[in-house]
Formats: sequence, structure tokens, C-alpha cells
Amino acid sequence: MASGRREFLKTAAGAAALGLGAGAGSFLGAQALARSSAGQPAAGGGKRYALAVDTKKCAEREGCRACIDACHVTHNVPRIENREEEVKWVWKEEVQWVFQDRVHEYSGEELRRRPVLLLCNHCDNPPCVRVCPTQATFKSADGPVMMDPHRCIGCRYCVVGCPYGARSFNWKDPKPYIEHVDPAYPPRARGVVEKCTMCSERLARGLEPACVEACTRSGAGALLFGDMNEPESEIRKRVESSLALRRKEHLGTRPQVYYTL
Amino acid sequence: MLEKALKGSGKYWGLMCFLALLIGVGLGCYLWQFRVGLQITGLSRDVPWGFYISQFTFLVGVAASAVILVLPYYLHDFKAFGRIVVLGEFLAISAVIMCMLFVFVDMGQPMRVLNVMLHPTPQSVMFWDVMVLSGYLLLNVVISRVTFGAEVRGVAPPAWIKPIIVLSIPWAVSIHTVTAFLYSGLGARPFWLTAILAPRFLASAFASGPSLLILLCLLLKRFTRFDAGSKAIQKLGVIVVYALLVNIFFVGVELFTALYSDIPEHKHHFQYLFLGLEGKTTMVPWMWFSQIVGLLAVLFLLNPKVRENERFLALGCLGVVVAIWIEKGLGMVVGGFVPSTQGSLMEYWPTAPEVAIGLGVYGIGFLVLTVLYKVALGERELEEA
Amino acid sequence: MYDGGKVVLGLALFAALCTSPMWVSAARGGGGAEAPELELPPPASGKCVRDGAWMRNSHMELLNSWRDEVVREGIRRERLADGREIERSLTQTCLGCHTDKTQFCDRCHDYVGVKPFCFDCHVDKAGG
Repeated sequence: MASGRREFLKTAAGAAALGLGAGAGSFLGAQALARSSAGQPAAGGGKRYALAVDTKKCAEREGCRACIDACHVTHNVPRIENREEEVKWVWKEEVQWVFQDRVHEYSGEELRRRPVLLLCNHCDNPPCVRVCPTQATFKSADGPVMMDPHRCIGCRYCVVGCPYGARSFNWKDPKPYIEHVDPAYPPRARGVVEKCTMCSERLARGLEPACVEACTRSGAGALLFGDMNEPESEIRKRVESSLALRRKEHLGTRPQVYYTL
Repeated sequence: MLEKALKGSGKYWGLMCFLALLIGVGLGCYLWQFRVGLQITGLSRDVPWGFYISQFTFLVGVAASAVILVLPYYLHDFKAFGRIVVLGEFLAISAVIMCMLFVFVDMGQPMRVLNVMLHPTPQSVMFWDVMVLSGYLLLNVVISRVTFGAEVRGVAPPAWIKPIIVLSIPWAVSIHTVTAFLYSGLGARPFWLTAILAPRFLASAFASGPSLLILLCLLLKRFTRFDAGSKAIQKLGVIVVYALLVNIFFVGVELFTALYSDIPEHKHHFQYLFLGLEGKTTMVPWMWFSQIVGLLAVLFLLNPKVRENERFLALGCLGVVVAIWIEKGLGMVVGGFVPSTQGSLMEYWPTAPEVAIGLGVYGIGFLVLTVLYKVALGERELEEA
Repeated sequence: MYDGGKVVLGLALFAALCTSPMWVSAARGGGGAEAPELELPPPASGKCVRDGAWMRNSHMELLNSWRDEVVREGIRRERLADGREIERSLTQTCLGCHTDKTQFCDRCHDYVGVKPFCFDCHVDKAGG
């Protein structure tokens, strides 16, 4: 039954793609439509980097900011206290807001208020990439949704299109708000959007993302990074064997950050 | 032709000076924004689009509404619009110019605006919006130049312009449809995720645009020797009433779907706009004001006797413009952002420099419009003399 | 032509105004501003990633292609013609030798009156 339905969806999407292709050129991009119907791990043997968050382990360390600080120091993310203009790549929010569609009036206080680590979901079908008018944000071959700050015109359509609040716009020059600028990673200018890039610069050197490294080093061990296309990887096994949630599954964005509660 | 704009009465130059003042103040504020970034606006992490983009949305409607004159005149030979069809096209030209400027002032990196053309991205609706708006500007410039030029020389317009005029009709519909798609294609924003957004945009455009045109015609009648003719104005009045009724119906349909289905993520935005959420009530008086003024205007204008009185007609049209300006130019955009995708309630209100920049853009638009209308009226007077 | 004399006079004035910097500098002795002197890194720091003359003309193209390939395609390293392998990095590689931006980049950029945006973001001191 399940596979029958999936086949139907594939055909329907194919037909829709063709129809649109004939009607309005590549208005939405036949590719985007075909991808959104797959619901299957990406084929082709490439990498599909992902992150798994064990929220229980994370919450055990009350007030821990190891991952946030590591990320923000590594990437010269400014610290702006004013919530309206804040810039953040990883941060924490309570379960009741992160999983609005999973909690209910009988969910316990501990669960509701449990802080959850948030970051860009590096969706397999990212709406931010779809809406960007200049391809300043794009999907890289091995998974991360990337930002090219040189090309960004600052229209903020991606901020509007992201369902997860993962994107920050630089309302002002961020440099005065960076305590110590690390020359190894360029800060951004005012007027562009920025976000987590899954530490693509570290992945290129064979390192894990800075947040994951910091979490492991702190002893919390709440973050797990790996390749979902590798059937024997630890992250793939965990996601297969436990109920690993993704945020706003119903939107079809296929996030690559998995949560176990 | 353009030299007609260089000779005018004291009132004409007074108006030009006033518009120049608006532009000057707006430009000054824009230079400030250019230097320090969009921090001088009321925009925020949770409400990343506001006054600028909402004015853009409203003005796309005004631009599209020129079709309300072009279609009856060219396709149905409705002669009464003959004298004002060029005024509608000129209004469209200045509205599109304002649209482009509002998008421009909203950009974080305005120096890179041409990246949209350098890296064309057909999967982005914003790319298409830039395309259709530029095309619409070009169409209206060419059509108005050619047809008005022919009129001035007392000859029939060349035959090749006819297919271009016909093309401009679906093109006008497309600019507002694509602008609606900017919003309605986003899974992240349930408030806009509704198929009726584009039809609703068109209905409100066909109410507010012709209302503005009626007001402009009545002003011209009062301050110049130009009379659009009561047949044309009355026909526009009828169009305003029907379009407004359709718009009210569409808003009602949206309200029903959101409220009766009782799905929180759809309902919350309407609650925020009309009742306020958790004490956040900035938009509430504005939304009620807009809806009440809109309803009163339609009840008022439904009566043909009232419409025939040009004073009452002007009052009704002013109500329509104000009601739709608030509904579409404020509520529609801001309402989509509160609550945010994460459920937080961060309110928005434009700052003084933000409004000044906006008024500067309106100043440029109305300056262009004044010059174009001056030229049109000047040539017409010459013809008649 | 209506008002032909006035039109020609206006055009002449316009042309004179536009070319005035050239006349002024010619009147002052003709040579114009002196070419800037750049402070080159000591020979011990090794050869540049490209030939010096080529770099003078085309460094911006090299930097643009590095920018696009590093950010968008992840091609972060490059093997030079002489066999050395380098990191494609403005701050780390270029400024690694040309340590003082004000004595190198800025002198020429000021002279030709260009204002590149590179250092709006990128740090102008290597390290880390």
C-alpha cells in the first residue's frame, strides 16, 4: 500500500512537472518538483551529511553553551543582545515552541520546557534555496545548504521562506559586536543574510562541525554527526532504530537534523 | 512634448516644489540607511519585511489596474474611456517606478541589485516579479508614447501597436498574480498559503486603482481645464463598487476558512490582526478601521444617486483607497509574520526615517505622474484650441 | 536648428567641464600624479602564486574566481605551475606575504581610485 501510494505520488509529480514545464517554462523547476516527491534517501552514492540531537542528554547539562560558543567563536558570529537584530547560527529554544505540533495540553512541564538545540536544518528540499533570486544560497552536493555572502543582495526572501527561523539578517555592521575576530574565518558585512553552514570549511579538512566537537569534548555527547548515505554509519543506525523527529515534517522540506526526545 | 512640463502656473510649481521637498527628505534618510544599514527601520528578525514591501505590493495593484481602462477601450471600443486611457497608462508607469524603488530601498546590498539579472534564477518568484514588472513598464511606456504621439499628430495609431496593447492586458494581470505568488508559495507562512491570495490581490487592485484614478480625474477637473467626462467617471465608479464587493467577499471566504477550520496556525494570524494576541494589539485599531471604512464605502457607493454626486463619489473613493492601503499595505504583510514561524510575537511598526524614505519614493512617483499629466493636458489643450 | 548657438555653447561647456581634470593636471606640469610605490614582501617569503606583471593586471580576476570556486564549489586548494600547493585564501595566503595591506593593496587602489569591498568582511591581518 505504502509503496503503491509512493509510486502514485511520483507519477503525479512527474505529470505536474511536465505540465508546468510546458505551460510556464521551468517556473518552479521540474527538478525541484521531482525531488520533493522522492521521500527516499538521495541516490547516487554521494554523501548526505546530517546531525542528530539527543535532547535528553543535551538537557542534562543545564545552561550549557559549549556548542553555541564554539560555533559563534569559530565563525565570528556577532553577539547582539537586542532580540530584534540578533544574529545566531545555533541556539536553544524550548520543546513547546520547537515541536508545537507534537506537544499537547498533557505534555509534562519538564518536556515542554526542555531546551532544544536549533540550527539550520540543511533540508534536502530547502525552501530558502528555491526562493533566492540570485542563487546566493544553494544546496551543496554533500548536503549542507550554503550561503554565498558575496552574492547576497539582502532581499531577505530566504528569511521569509525558511520555516525554522534559522536565518539571520545583518541589520547593522556586525564587527563591533564580535569580541575577538578570528582571521581564519571572514565575518560578514551589514546587509547580508547568514546562517549555519554545517562547518563546510571544517568538513573539507576532515573535521567534525565545531558544535559537535565541543559537545563531545564537554562530555555531554548529545550531538552526533555523520553521513546518512552510509548504511553502517552511527547516525543512520540511530535514526533507523529510534523515533527520530524532524521539524515540521508536513512541509516536505526533509530536514537533515534529527531529534530524539 | 516634454517642454509642456516646463511652463506652468504658480500652483503647478508649488506642487513640484512640495514633491521635491518630499524627495529631498527621503533621499537624505535613504543615504543614512545606505550608510548604517536597515537598522534604522522598524524591521526585525521576526518581521523582515514591512512598510517598503507592503507599499510595493499595494502599488503593483495600482499599476495593474490600468487594464481596467485599456480592456474596455481597446477590446470593446468603449469610447468614453478614450480621453483617460492615457492617464491610466501614465499612472501605471509611475506606479511601476515606485514599485521598483520600494524594492530597491528594501535591499540590504543595493549595489548588487543587478545580481538578479547576472544570475537569473527561474525557480525564484522574485526573479519573475522583476521580469514582469520591467516588461510592464516597457509596455506602458511604448504604448502610451505611440498612441498619444499619434493622437497629438491627429493620425490613427500605427497598426503594429494593437497586438502590443492586447499583450499588455494579460501582462497587467500577471504582475499582480506573480506578486501574490511571492507570498502564497511559502509553506513557512500559513497566513499567505492560500490560493485565493492572487484573486484577492486583483480584486483589491481593481477597487483601489480606479478609485485613485477617479480622485485624480476629479482633481484635474477642479484645478485644470481637463474634464474626463462624467460617463467615464461613472463607469469607473461602477467598476470600483463591484471590485470592492468581490474583495470583501474574498476576505470573508478567507476568514471563514481560517476560523471555522479552527486550525491554530491559520487562525492565529487573523486573531493577531483583529483581536490581538497576548496583549499585542498594535494592528487591531487599524484593521477594524480599514474593514469598517471599506464596508461603509461600498454601502455608500452602491447607491447610483450617491455615485452621481461627484463630491460623494470622491469621498467614497478616498475611503476605498485608505481601506485597501491599510488592509494590503500593512495588515497583509505584517500579519503573515506575527506570530513568527517559531510562535513568537514580535510586533512591527515603521520608524520615522522608514516612513520618510517611503514618502520620498511616493514623491518621485507623483513627480513623474505630474510631469506626464502636464504633458498630456498641455497637448490636449493645444489640439482643442 | 533652433537656438543653434546656445546649444553648441552648452555642449562645449559640458565637454570642458567633463575634461577639466585633464586640463588642470596638464597645466600643473603634465605628468599627473606619481605612480605609487608598493612595499613588496622580502624575497625570503618566496614567489607569488602568479607572475608579478600578470598579477598587477589580473589579480582581481584571480580573486573573483577563487571566491566563486571556494565558496560555491568547495575547491579550496590549488597546485601552482611550479608544484607548490596553496590555500586559496585572501587573508591567509595573500596577506601572509603582503603583511601590510596599507602599504600594498591600498596604495595602488587609492591611486586608481577604486574601492574594492573585500575588506568590508575579510580580515586584513593573517594569523590564526
